Order: sequence, then structure tokens, then C-alpha cells
Amino acid sequence: MNHSQEQLVVIGNGMAGMKTVEILLSANPGKYQITVFGAEPYGNYNRIMLSPVLCGEKDIKDIMINDRQWYTDNNITLHAGPTKEVVSIIRSTKHVIAKDGSRVPYDKLLIATGSNPYLLPIPGHDLEGVIGFRDIYDVKKMVEYSKQRKYAIVLGGGLLGLEAANGLTQRGMHVTVIHSRQTLLNRQLDSHAGKLLQQALEARGVNFKLNVQTQDIKGDTNGHVNAVHFSDNDTLPCDLFVMAIGVRPNIALAKTAGIHCDRGIVVSDTLQTYDPSIYAVGECIQHRDNTFGLVAPLFDQGRVCANHLAEHGVAEYFTLPTATKLKVTGINLYSVGNFEEGSNTESLIFEDKALGVYKKIVLKNNQLTGAVLYGDTRNGPWYQKLLEEQLNISDLRETLMFGPAEEPSQVKESVQ
Amino acid sequence: MSQPLQYNPPARKIIKTTCAYCGVGCGVLATVDEKNRSIQVKGDQSHPANYGKLCSKGSALAETVTLKNRLLKPSINQQECSWDQAINEVSHRFTQIINDHGPDAIAFYGSGQLLTEDYYVANKLMKGFIGSGNMDTNSRLCMSSTVAGQKRAFGSDTMPGSYSDIERADLIVLIGSNTAWCHPILFQRIRVTKEKRPHVKVVVIDPRETTTCDIADLHLPLKIGSDVALFQGLLHYLDQHNHLDQAFITEHVEGSQESLESARDYDIKHTANLCNLSEAALNQFYQWFANTDNPLSLYSQGVNQSSAGTDKVNAIINCHLITGKIAKPGMGPFSLTGQPNAMGGREVGGLAHQLAAHMDFATPNDIDRVARFWQTDNIAQRKGLAAVELFDNVASGKIKAIWIMGTNPIVSMPNANKVRQALHQCEFVVVSDCILNQDTCAEANVLLPAAGWSEKDGTVTNSERRISRQRALLPCAGESKPDWWIITQIANAMGYSEAFPYEKPADIFREHARLSGFENHQEGRFRAFNISGLASLSDQQYQNLLPIQWPVLPSTAPDDVNGTQRAFADFQFTTPSKKAHCIALQYHAPVNATTDEFPLILNTGRIRDQWHTMSRTALAPRLNQHKPEPFVEIHPDDAKRYQLIDGAIATIHNQQAKMQARIVVTSTQHVGNIFVPMHWTSDLSNRGRVGPLVNPVVDPISFQPESKSTPVAISLYEANWHGFILSRQRLANAITDYHVEVPNTDHYRVELAHTEAFASSPQQWAETVVQSLYHTNTDITFDKLEWQTYQDSSQHQYRAAVFYQQQLEAVIMIGPIPKLPERDWIPQLFSQTEISYEERLALLSGRPPNGSSNVGPIVCACFNVGENTIIDAIQTHSVSQYQQVGELLKAGTNCGSCVPDIKRLIKKHT
Repeated sequence: MNHSQEQLVVIGNGMAGMKTVEILLSANPGKYQITVFGAEPYGNYNRIMLSPVLCGEKDIKDIMINDRQWYTDNNITLHAGPTKEVVSIIRSTKHVIAKDGSRVPYDKLLIATGSNPYLLPIPGHDLEGVIGFRDIYDVKKMVEYSKQRKYAIVLGGGLLGLEAANGLTQRGMHVTVIHSRQTLLNRQLDSHAGKLLQQALEARGVNFKLNVQTQDIKGDTNGHVNAVHFSDNDTLPCDLFVMAIGVRPNIALAKTAGIHCDRGIVVSDTLQTYDPSIYAVGECIQHRDNTFGLVAPLFDQGRVCANHLAEHGVAEYFTLPTATKLKVTGINLYSVGNFEEGSNTESLIFEDKALGVYKKIVLKNNQLTGAVLYGDTRNGPWYQKLLEEQLNISDLRETLMFGPAEEPSQVKESVQ
Repeated sequence: MSQPLQYNPPARKIIKTTCAYCGVGCGVLATVDEKNRSIQVKGDQSHPANYGKLCSKGSALAETVTLKNRLLKPSINQQECSWDQAINEVSHRFTQIINDHGPDAIAFYGSGQLLTEDYYVANKLMKGFIGSGNMDTNSRLCMSSTVAGQKRAFGSDTMPGSYSDIERADLIVLIGSNTAWCHPILFQRIRVTKEKRPHVKVVVIDPRETTTCDIADLHLPLKIGSDVALFQGLLHYLDQHNHLDQAFITEHVEGSQESLESARDYDIKHTANLCNLSEAALNQFYQWFANTDNPLSLYSQGVNQSSAGTDKVNAIINCHLITGKIAKPGMGPFSLTGQPNAMGGREVGGLAHQLAAHMDFATPNDIDRVARFWQTDNIAQRKGLAAVELFDNVASGKIKAIWIMGTNPIVSMPNANKVRQALHQCEFVVVSDCILNQDTCAEANVLLPAAGWSEKDGTVTNSERRISRQRALLPCAGESKPDWWIITQIANAMGYSEAFPYEKPADIFREHARLSGFENHQEGRFRAFNISGLASLSDQQYQNLLPIQWPVLPSTAPDDVNGTQRAFADFQFTTPSKKAHCIALQYHAPVNATTDEFPLILNTGRIRDQWHTMSRTALAPRLNQHKPEPFVEIHPDDAKRYQLIDGAIATIHNQQAKMQARIVVTSTQHVGNIFVPMHWTSDLSNRGRVGPLVNPVVDPISFQPESKSTPVAISLYEANWHGFILSRQRLANAITDYHVEVPNTDHYRVELAHTEAFASSPQQWAETVVQSLYHTNTDITFDKLEWQTYQDSSQHQYRAAVFYQQQLEAVIMIGPIPKLPERDWIPQLFSQTEISYEERLALLSGRPPNGSSNVGPIVCACFNVGENTIIDAIQTHSVSQYQQVGELLKAGTNCGSCVPDIKRLIKKHT
């Protein structure tokens, strides 16, 4: 061990943490001796590609970002697997303790513990066959079920829920999506686009039950789910119940260590927690009252955090509007910003029913505030750029709907 | 009743004929596919007018040989009938009106589009047998000032020169002529000769900086109507600087003294003042004219269409006479006629003051001479009414029956709404025409379907006195008949069969040629127009007649294929003294001056790709793309003064009428003048007719209307919304206040604007429109159409595209201001059986999807080359000469009228 090096410990081997490490390695190589703890027994993989794996379009090895060799090559100590889960942070002496008792000291600590799927605490939520959709374990489980069982119910008409429903349908299950609102993806789509999406998914065999609450999950004598009962008194058979109603920042460890948390671990614009030696990035944080669920802001956080860990000390994090895409092959939708219409907003609307294309751009004070694209999403990144740069679009307005005059320069495409 | 000749299909598939349009009279080589009723055309290399070239209009002749919009059956009061019924009706009504009210209650109004043979028979019937002078023609609107001016100067309506003078002149003066657009092939000859002989100077005298100025060494943008002052100034200058040819004057000119006297006040300073020109510019022109041995003065409607038209003609001729620069190679005054057979009409006596074959009512014994030749005792004894007065008499009810042949006076006459009203209340209106929906047809009691270009057979005479055969290429469409046949049938039915024994055009031509030589002697009544050398042509010789310039005397014909290149080559003019006349003149401003209420002068004229009232040229889609809409050109200062915006719509009005046109702000206009093209009819544009505004002021000698100077006021049309529709189906009626239709190959474009807001929403309006388009279509029903829409509601933008299966059916674009998506790219999608996904999604932007090409607005109508294609070629190949663009794209290599545009693009993009 090189004693001139400081010790950096990273808790969490997910996308946010490893993005930070990657950038740090190029920004100030050799500054830290790095140790990474991960509860999953893998290298670092691209969690947002789990849906294609579920569909069978991709394999787990296709979605690995950094395999174990990468850690070795970069001189990073990786502690992966359930026994390596960090159970406490001792701030007074600046070290962490893992489940297996191993202790690692740190000069700087980076918490990237991510989030946990939110499991609705309704009767029967602890039955066998009730799962979330979060990691490779969940995906493997769903694939197993699809081989033997018939009825799946997915709770939640958000991105994750719909991707799960699509994947399970493609794997031959009879899937019903339960959504408490009338509009699917109601955070990302307006009601019109939501309806188009619903029709497209229905055409692929997904069933929907909207505007309804789940009352309780019923089990068989083996303690396995076998039916679900709803607020409209309807009951549906169920072999697999997937909860996809959102995530909660995973703050238990930080909270126990006495780090200031609210809904998430509260960080400054430099991603520093209330403990100056401890930084946090990703879905576990709360920044200026925002928590995060999509990948683009996580990467931005990683860039800022790495900058400060490298002691360059110039970057500040601010939240940009984030675009969403649904990873269902053949269905293109793209949504960015705020597309709620109000008294001082203006809307541009394009529709071609036969082509299955619907687009809405919302403006306020001649600036773009949001866009919903269904069916043709090619201009999405351009709109996002206009949104981020807060450009005055008066001169573009005539052709805004139809894209930039020239071939759009390869704008970084943000994904979920 | 004799049956018309059966049409005999020509033995050869390639037929030589002449173009249907301007007075250049280009030879056309037509390849005929009779089975499919289609032709292909190219220039006739052996024709001395064009040597193989054709302009954009001529090149598109094949596209006009369509049965679309053709008048195919006779009708009486909108009821179709047989020819016998129609002929009986016309002859019966004419006879009755003559019996009740005398022959002067009847009038014929002909056209420079009629062939000489048609014209001859019509004129003979009216003046020789009905016994009235009331046969006038639309040549009154274009050439009568030249007729009167030449008659005053030379004793007859004879233009001395030939086109070949262009290649021999060292100074070419273009007066009141946008030659580049109106006589493109002659302009080409001028351009080429100037390129080959760079010392040749070109002077353009025109209030507007037209495309013709592209080759000008000097442009004199004189005040509208001040031409007489300018040429009196020249006359004075020539006198002052001792450039008179005293020997020539003494031998061959009368009145020079009085004429020079009349010019005494026109020193350069005064003249510059009158013409609103700089002294230096005037001086330059005068010097060039004085010091060039062979100046050629080509003039056209800017000279003729004026209350001083005749004086303008004589002002020009005076300068050539006193310098002796006339009737010799490469020099002289040269009138460019407007219509293909304007001169032929004048030869037969188509104007109301003429009798026949250059004989007239005013010359002693001419009436008797013609009466003896025609063997009639009922010949008219005095001249008839000229066009404006003629229609005034229709309006007042003195004329009770009128026969309009091949022309559209409701569009082309001054104060045209009055003409419409006059025809509307006229007791009996006969219209013979080849077009169904020309405005005048709507007022007809009897409609007679006439053969059109490609079907009719006879002769025409162009600007250089050259008689050419216009030959039939195809059988007459439907039940249409040649005009000569129609007139002959009516004459027979009226009881004049002995005098109208014609069975074919050659019969008529021979009689016409015989009359031209009848009692025509040097020592007696000498007429320059003498083609008696052609009087005994056999049918076969007539059929094969090569283009020939009159006079054609028996001694030289019929084997001399050239005829007479130069009239008055011996300086023996057709006056009693054989001397030409100089005329004493004074400049008079146009009759109606501007007022506070009507502060602008309206000038009218032609555009490059349309002909007259567009009834035929608008059938050729490519000719509608250069200038698709009626427009008004206005100087930027005036635009500012009257708060007009380029691309918006203006309302132009005066005491008589109002019209609307698209605003083009351009410094090529004089401050205080505006220009509006003459072509648009109410068939294509509900508010685009300029004729109703034109003041019916006429020249006191020629009675030609002052079509180029009418006081008007202009204002911005504040429409609630603007829009356009491109649709495969034709809209049956105008649906908005402003409505201009632009026919294209497989769709129609309609430009719209409306005063009132939408009753409900643009969407609902668009749906109603599309519903009406598919109302009667049995294959496609409204509910089968796929809609694409785009709305920017707070900006009041609405756009929709309608598809049937993979095909584009209609595009509708609506906005609050005139600026709307471009119309250049979408039209080509109508010809595609399938629209790609990318194209479909880009459609409502009006721009092609990234990566595909948009040719841009069509610049070269002959080869259909767009602006963007040309710019691309200029940039890719570092083009510096317009000829290179021609080598690369062919653009500009045919008629050449787009060469100025190409040069502008080269200048801008290199």
C-alpha cells in the first residue's frame, strides 16, 4: 500500500458510484487507494438495461459495465456479495464495517447505496411470488415464473411497471397492469399520449386495469400468491405479483451513522453530506429537495462529485430536466420537462393517427418547458438541449415541431 | 349547308408550324402522336425568326394541347345544341337585329390570335356584306398606335426592317419593351449579337428596371409616358449637333422643318426635367444615337399603350427619318408586335377604321375598289367603332349584338367591369373560343367551339412582315370547328353564300392575296401590302408555303422563299408624294394625373411565362410556377409610405374598381409607380383582374387605351388569416375573399386570405373544405382519408395533410400572417405513389426531411431547374459564368430568359 495515498471507500457498486469512480480515475489517477463494497455478487452492471434482459433481447453479460477484471486493472479492492454489505459507518474513527466483520478505514467516504423498490404494505405483500423489479435477482425470478406460471399482475403503470409487463407478456404470461390513475406514465405523458401508449401495449397483449386500488393479495396454502383483490371488488388470478410503484432512497446506513437525512441523504451542490469527509451520489441522495430515479442526473452527480474528490473543487451540481424513454421495442416515446398546460403556457401539437405519432411541445415565455413525443422521438435530444439552454425559440417556432434545420449534431442522449 | 373539310391526317409525323403566342412568330417543329392526341415540340431550325430556339412558353406548347377546359360543343343559352341550330340562331338573330336597327347595331370583336384567313372572312362579312364598319379587334389594345404612327409617317402600316437587322445594328434601343420576357427569342438574338460584337451598345428606355436591363449599357428609367419628350429631345440634339442627313431629307422626307421646329424647346435640361432623368444619361444616349450609323429602335407596348401612343411612334420615326437611318440594314424604327397574328389582322383590315388589304374608309375610292372586288353593293361607308367606344356602345344599347372571337375582353379591356356589365345587358352575345371557362364565355348567349392552336390551319404574319403557315397537327377536338368555317357558315345562312364559297383556308388566302394586288399600282393607289405573288398558289404550294416576308409581288413569287427583307429599300414610301412624313409633336403627360386620393400610377404588363389572359398558358403546369400569383411591384419608399409588407396582400383601387395582389417590394420600380401583370382572370383569381382598374382613356388618333398609366390608391389588405391549399382535387369555387388558383401537374395550389375569422375553428373549416373536395369522388370517401395535423393555437397556426393510403391528397396551411411554410417541395410529393415516413413527418414544415434535396423555386421553366439546384452547381463547380450553369444543368440554354436570374444567383453565391 502506498502510504502517500488517501483511502477512498465507496459503499455501493451501482451505476452512480462507479461513474464517480471512473471519472475520478481519469481526473486524478492515483490520488486514492479505492475500496468498493457491493451487496450484489457481480461487477458493475447497467441497471437500466434490465428490461431488455427480461424481454430476452439482451443477456446479463451484455449489460455488464465493469467486470471484476476492471477493478483489478484499476487497483480497486472490490468486496462484492451479501456478506460484504456494509453494516455501519464509524465516523469518529473514519472506518466502515461489513457484515462479515471486515473493517476498512477511509479518508473520504462515498455513499452510493441507491434505492429500494417501494413495496406497498397491503395484506399479503410478504407472500411468495410478490417481488419488486430492481436487480438481476428480480429479473431471474420473473424469467423462472414465466416458464411455469400463467398469470402475472404488475402494480404500477410507470416506466418500470410497463417494461416489466411487456417483458412478461413477451415471455408468454398473461399480464395485467394495475394503475391507480387513468393515464399510464402520468408523470411522463399527457393523457392523449398515455392513451396511445395503452393502445399500443394492448395490441401487444398487455391488459390494463386503471383507476383502481389493490386491496389485498391472497395466497394459497403454501403461502404463495394466487389472487389479487381490488377496490372495485374485482378479483384476478395471480401467480406473480410485481410491485413497480417507485423506489425509496436507501438511507438506513447513513441515518444510523448520524448523517443528516430527510427523504434521502441530504447533500450540498458539491454532493457533500453534512459530514465533510462523506459524499453521496445517486438514488440515495436528496439535493435541494429532489430525489432521483433516472440515470442522467446520476451521471451528472458523479461528474461533480469526482471533481471534488479529486480536489479540483470547481463543479456544482444542479438538476436539469431529464428526459424519459420507455424501453419497449417498437414503442417510441420521449418526454422531457414540464408539459402541464397552464394559463401562461402555449402548446404546439402534432398528430398523425395513422402513423401513430403524437407530439406536444409546451412553451412559456418563448422558452421550451417540456415536450411529449410519442411515435417519433428523433427530435427529443434537440428539445432537451433547447430546454437546458433555456433558448428563446421565437425564431425557431415555425419549424420547432419538425426538428432542427440541419442534421441534429449528436446531442448526448439521456436515458432512463 | 356544306360540311367542313374532313381532316386529313398528315402523311408525316413531324409537322412545321408556328408558335401560338407573341409576335416574334417562331417556327415550331411538332412531332405528332395522333393516336394519343399528344405532341412534342421543339424550335424549327430553319425558321428565320428563331433558328431552332423556343422560349419557355413556346417550349410548353405541348402541355396546352389538352382537352381540359376546352369548349367542345355549341350551345344556346347554356343548352348544348347542334351546329345547325347554333348557326341558325346566330344568323336569324343577326338578320333580325339588322332589319330592326340597321347594320351598325351589330359588331364583331376579333383577336390577334385569329389566323389571317379567319380574320379575312370575318372582316369581309361585317364590312362587305352586313355593311357596318364595326369590326374591331384586340389589336386595338396592343398595336393600333403603331398602325397609326406608321401610316402617318410612311403612308401605310408598314414596318421597314427585319429581325436580321439585330445582328447588323451597332446600337440597339429598346423602348417600352421588356423584351427579355415578352419577346424572349429576339432578346436572345440581341444578347448573342452583343456577346459576339462587344462594341454593340444596348439602351433600355423603360420606367421599370426590368430583366431586359440585364444586357443594357444604359438604362433610362424615364417618367411614365414621357417618351415623346425624350425623342423630341433627341431630335433637337441631332439638329443642334448637325447630325441631320440633309440629302435624305430633301429627297425623301416631308415635314422635317415643322417637326424640328416643334422640338426646339426640348433642350437636354428641359427634357431631362420632363422625363425625370439625369442630363448626363440623356446626353449619353443622344451621343450614341447621333454617332452610330446604324441604330435600331425596337419598341413595344410601353410606346403603344398610351394616350400619346401614336405621337411616341412618330417621335421615334422622326429621329430615324431626319438622320436617314432607316430602311437600310441594321437600322430603323422597329415595332415588336404583341400577338402571333397582330400584323395579319391589320393586313386584312381587322381594325374598325381599316377596310381590307391596307385600304381604308378615309382614302378616296378605296370603298368602291373593295366593293367591286367583293362584288357587293352593301359595303360599309364609314369606319366603325374602336374597341373602347365599341363596348361603350354595347353598354348604351346602340349595339345590340356582338360576336367576340378568340379573346377575353372582360379581362383585357380597360374598365373591364363595365365591359362585363355591357355584355351582361347586351341583347345577343356570341362567343367563339376554344376555352370553356374564360370570363367572357359566361356572358354568351351562343357559344361556338372554335379550333385551337394545333388544330387550326392557315397563316400568320409576325413582327417582321413574315407570313408563316400555322398548320393543323391534330383533328379538331370534339365538335370544334375552324373560325373561318364558322364565319362562312353564318355568312351563308345570312344569304351571302355566293361571296363565301370557301372550302378550305387556301381558298381564302388566295382571295386575300388577290385583293392585295387589286388595282395596286405605283402610279395609282399604291399599297405596300401586296402579296399578289401568292394569289395563284396551288393547294399543295399553300400547304408547303415557306415563311416569306411581304411584299411578295408576282415577279418574285412563289419561288423566292425570302420575299422582301426590307420595305422601302428604295425610299419610295406609300404616300402620294412617295416621301415619308416627319410629324410636329408636343409632349403631353398621360391624361389622368395622380391626385391626393389616387396618388400612384398603375402600370401594367406581361410576365415571362404567361400569355394574355392565361386561358392556354395556365394549362401548362410549369408556366404557372415562375409567378404563380397576381402581384404588385412597389418601390421600398412607397411600401413604407403606405405601410405595405413584402409578401402580404395589397388592395389597389380607384373610382372604377378594386383588385388585390401579392406585394413585391423592389427598387426596380419608380417611386410613385406600381406595376401589376395583366394576365389574371376571375377563373383563377377572384380579385386579381387588373383590367377593371385601367382607365379607358384612349389615344386621340389610334384609339388605343392608355393601359400603362392609371391613377390608383393602394393599401394593405388586413386579412384575418392567410393560407394555402395544395390538393389533388380541384376546389369547385372560391371559398375565401382572396383566392388564387395555380394549376400544377397533378394537383392545384390555392392561395387564400380571408377578412373574417373562422366561424368555429380552422380545423372544422379544413374538414369542410376536404369534405367538399371528396363530395363527388366515388373512389375515395371522406372517412377513408387519413389526417395529419399541426396546431400552434396561440399563434393561430393550423396545418393539415390528408392522405389516402400511401398517397398525398391535400395539404392545408393556415396562419395569421402571409408568412407560411414554403410551397416548393410539397408539390413533388403529389406525384409519388408512396410517401416515406420521413417525408410524411416533415411535410407540414414545408421542408424536405434532412438529407433529401429541395430543388427550390423553378428558375428555368424550359428544363424545370430549381434555384437550389443551380446554387448547388454554382458552389460545387465554382461557377463564374452563366454558360457554365447551362453546361452543367442545361438551365438557361433554351429560351435564355432565366439567364439574368442565373447571373444574379452566381453573383450572390460565389
